[in-house]
Amino acid sequence: MDLKTPARRRDDKGGIVQNPYLPYPVRIDEIVVETEDKNLKTFKLVFLNKEDEEKFNYKAGQFAELSIAGKGEIPIGIASSPVEKGFLKFTVNRAGVVTTHLHSMKEGDIMGVRGPLGNWYPWEMLEGKNILIVGGGFAFTTLRSSIVYMLHPDNRPKFGNIDVVYGARTPGMLLYKDELIQWEKRDDINVHITVDTTDDPDWKYNVGFVPPITEQKAPQGDENTYAIVCGPPIMIKFTQPVLEKLGYDHEHIIMSLENRMKCGIGMCGRCGIGKELVCKDGPVFTLAAINRTPREY
Amino acid sequence: MKVINIDQKKWTKGIDTLGSSYKLIGPVAEKDFHTFEILQQGQLPDMSFTNTRLSPKEVVFPQSEDMFVYSLDQNDEDCNILKEAPKDYSPRVVLGIRPCDARAMRLVKLNFDTEQYKDPYWLRLYEATTFVGLACDQPCATCFCTSTGCGPYHEEGLDILLAKDGDGFKAKVLTDKGRQLAEASGWTDTADDGGAFENARRAAEAGITSKVATDRLRQMDTLELYGADFWEDVSFACINCGTCTYLCPTCWCFDIQDEVHGKKGKRMRNWDSCMFPIFTVHTTGHNPRGTKLHRVRQRFMHKLKYFVDKYDQGIMCVGCGRCVQQCPVNIDIRRVCDLMNSYGSENACAAQG
Repeated sequence: MDLKTPARRRDDKGGIVQNPYLPYPVRIDEIVVETEDKNLKTFKLVFLNKEDEEKFNYKAGQFAELSIAGKGEIPIGIASSPVEKGFLKFTVNRAGVVTTHLHSMKEGDIMGVRGPLGNWYPWEMLEGKNILIVGGGFAFTTLRSSIVYMLHPDNRPKFGNIDVVYGARTPGMLLYKDELIQWEKRDDINVHITVDTTDDPDWKYNVGFVPPITEQKAPQGDENTYAIVCGPPIMIKFTQPVLEKLGYDHEHIIMSLENRMKCGIGMCGRCGIGKELVCKDGPVFTLAAINRTPREY
Repeated sequence: MKVINIDQKKWTKGIDTLGSSYKLIGPVAEKDFHTFEILQQGQLPDMSFTNTRLSPKEVVFPQSEDMFVYSLDQNDEDCNILKEAPKDYSPRVVLGIRPCDARAMRLVKLNFDTEQYKDPYWLRLYEATTFVGLACDQPCATCFCTSTGCGPYHEEGLDILLAKDGDGFKAKVLTDKGRQLAEASGWTDTADDGGAFENARRAAEAGITSKVATDRLRQMDTLELYGADFWEDVSFACINCGTCTYLCPTCWCFDIQDEVHGKKGKRMRNWDSCMFPIFTVHTTGHNPRGTKLHRVRQRFMHKLKYFVDKYDQGIMCVGCGRCVQQCPVNIDIRRVCDLMNSYGSENACAAQG
């Protein structure tokens, strides 16, 4: 199965309707520090123009280019969910030129957003299936978007069992803690929170790396069950054999890749893994599809 | 065949006339080589060149191009909001583009003109340009266009094809755009050439003796080719200078950068190269193409395998031979193409030399 991006910005006349490099202007509405090391912040962005918001029609799993005039752009997964209206959320790790500057910005500041970009988790195909979500560290953003999407009352009946394994180094490094605790209490989703280590004697969730916790908690793979996996390379490396052991076919393991990007629309040439471009043909691929590419990510 | 005869006098007059309705771009001698430049009023293109050192891809894909402008002045109402950079998309003509370089534009168009996204910068410049090609009657020893789906009289991507005829030209008009230009220049003297144009084409094609074989590339397994044993050898001498990608008419990779002067800034794009480590390095320091072997392999795999698989329109090379001529360590795409094409077959040893 190839997860192709359906054509969405087709112009009937074949002409150029919109400059795909032009960001929509947005205002930073709220900034939340997510983690104890203060290196991860969630930025809630509001469109300056209502019509731009309507054009920004996204699905869980897509990303956008955050644009800061004078600094540049950075591709970031969309952490808000299509069922949440009126804003976008991005959780950003402070790492390079653009993200470092973004971390110094304040509520009320103006920046830009370009997108939505890339394909998404294949929701149409996933309907009626059991879903296992495996996430690690700050790669939980589009997984958060996906969980919020699936748990929406309009959507929850469309899916079978939902299991989530999410881990971080310490309790203080978990993203979206309030939501995690709420989900943990629900009976229509099985949330398995884990941390690598903790010295908190009251910690009532799991302790251990994501792969062994997945092995203990995740449901068996079968033709009605799909795994969506997003995390650091080391987590992915050790989770793959666990999922294989649990019976997940490579066509049923769905992953989101990252590569250095600039244009985000398949033109600038750098994010290729063979003939596939991570920005446009991805970032979402099945493991079976990834196996057919030179793994240059 | 009907052709337009343009003698030297009509050529000079026509160029002069065109100057009032088109921006003129043509080959100009510069030291020991030729380069495509904007012609000043009264300046004629120097049509006595073999080929230019750089391809004229810059006409539609400038090496450095402004995309957006913005103000960083907090007192400004539009502070931090990107605006389209001012652009000139007035009509222009490239005089004397070689058929290989014109075909290259068509290959590059596949990248910039997609169903899902259209690159407005590249496409608008392409649409604003009329391409007047000059057939090659005297190819270089490194030309191998005829085995890449191109040729010295190839018409794809051209609006008019000129062939030298004494000290003037014979012209074949190929498109409406070409017809408009021919009318605007007063090149209207049509006559039957008695097959001379076709004869010249055949002679020119016969003169190109360097060839590559590409017939097996498409059926080849991508990962087997990726893992082939010759990449170490092919990349050994490479110094990752990027010359090949800069002068290649089919290379299009670019970077996007912001540049600030005082309170004014702009977002621009610049040519980039898969030969450079920074092209793919992640912020974490991880580089998926971290060695020169990775990068050299990427260049050849992209041109000769990924592109072939993605578009099914042949290889991403028009056989202009520039990279063969100008690579400082003599890496020859013809040899690499043959290595790839014969990989796993009985002829593999012969290609390895």
